[in-house]
Amino acid sequence: MEKISLKLHRMLCPMPVIKVQNCVKMLPPGSQVEAICTDPGVLNDIPAWCRINGHQVLETRREGDEYIVLLQVGDEQ
Amino acid sequence: MSKQRKAVSLISGGLDSLLATKVIQEQGIHVEGINFFTGFCVEGHTHAIRKKDQSKEKRNNALWVAEKLGIKLHIIDVIEEYKPILFNPKHGYGAHLNPCLDCKIFMVKKAQEWIVENGFDFIITGEVIGQRPMSQRKETMPIIANESGADDLLLRPLCAQNLPETKAEREGWVKRDELFGFSGRSRKPQMALAKQFGFEDYAQPAGGCCFLTDATYSHKLADLWQARGHKEYEMDDIMLLKVGRHLRLSPDFKVIISREQGEGNFMQGYRKQFISLKTTSHAGPLALIDGRVSEADIELAARLIARYSQGRAEEQVELEVRQLSGETRLIKVKPMLAHEIPKAWII
Ligand code: SF4
Repeated sequence: MEKISLKLHRMLCPMPVIKVQNCVKMLPPGSQVEAICTDPGVLNDIPAWCRINGHQVLETRREGDEYIVLLQVGDEQ
Repeated sequence: MSKQRKAVSLISGGLDSLLATKVIQEQGIHVEGINFFTGFCVEGHTHAIRKKDQSKEKRNNALWVAEKLGIKLHIIDVIEEYKPILFNPKHGYGAHLNPCLDCKIFMVKKAQEWIVENGFDFIITGEVIGQRPMSQRKETMPIIANESGADDLLLRPLCAQNLPETKAEREGWVKRDELFGFSGRSRKPQMALAKQFGFEDYAQPAGGCCFLTDATYSHKLADLWQARGHKEYEMDDIMLLKVGRHLRLSPDFKVIISREQGEGNFMQGYRKQFISLKTTSHAGPLALIDGRVSEADIELAARLIARYSQGRAEEQVELEVRQLSGETRLIKVKPMLAHEIPKAWII
């Protein structure tokens, strides 16, 4: 299963969401995407985007200045 | 069984597009949202940067609207494509650097391309005749429909009854008598409809949907263009125009001074692109120098920055000057007095 890590430092919302969206579009269901961001807004926005579009957030965490969201691509693409 | 019709809705994150979409959903149409990111949108940016705003809920209104409606949202990066619209709007600017009419035409045109690619039937927007002085007038409605190429595939559910019938109505995909005939600047009809649908806590942006309707922001952008001798910008420019105090000390350079810690932290990320200064003898702001500077210019900038530090009343303040290479040195200067800062410097 594919797992892709996106480094989205210094990007402010909604740019990280757009990057995640464009990456997810290319992936088969079940793949995982990890977004490593510095804008804390992603902790709201990426999960909201996932809920709307049928993807699953597996984990959100903060590591120092980084905010990390791990998601799994849903079945209905 | 009749075919399930599909519409794409331009979602700005405000109340009007929320209502327009809901009205069409209620008629059994499958709706998905589309949101265009020009770079200037009034979303999280400043909240994400300024420390004092960080306690506020940092929601993206377009996502919030889509979630309320239970629709998919496609966010599209149009940063590059938007530039020619802003540089040279055929229909001119609004009160500031907002090219609203050209912007609307551009977005509807993009939506038109999107429905063709994705097999959707028509486009909806939350426009209301007379709501906004530049782009939402009786005369501009057909201009948007024609110049975007969407023609009668563009339906405005909130004011449709005041406009000619569109294809969706003609073909019976939606019932015209269940659409609305709102017009004018009043927000009351929208608020009443929001109440009827049970929507609360929706966003009500004052001037418009982007920073270009803001006088100070537009002024800073105009200054940037003038200083560079041409209209150009990168995403970093757009963001930096939202942070700090901007003072132009000469046609060749300006100084951006952080106003609080959140901005200072954010600006640190730009120290490889700009010469930066930070007070070391006293607590004070971080500053970036945008432009070409001589030694004397750096000293002048340092005196100005010292003015905004805790050492403003002292004889001398020490600052660290950091070059793009990361090389640093210390300089000592006398802070400027308030009256030594010409008003004309402030952008
Ligand atoms: S305020 Fe005007 S220029 Fe800005 S996004 Fe809205 S329509 Fe476009």
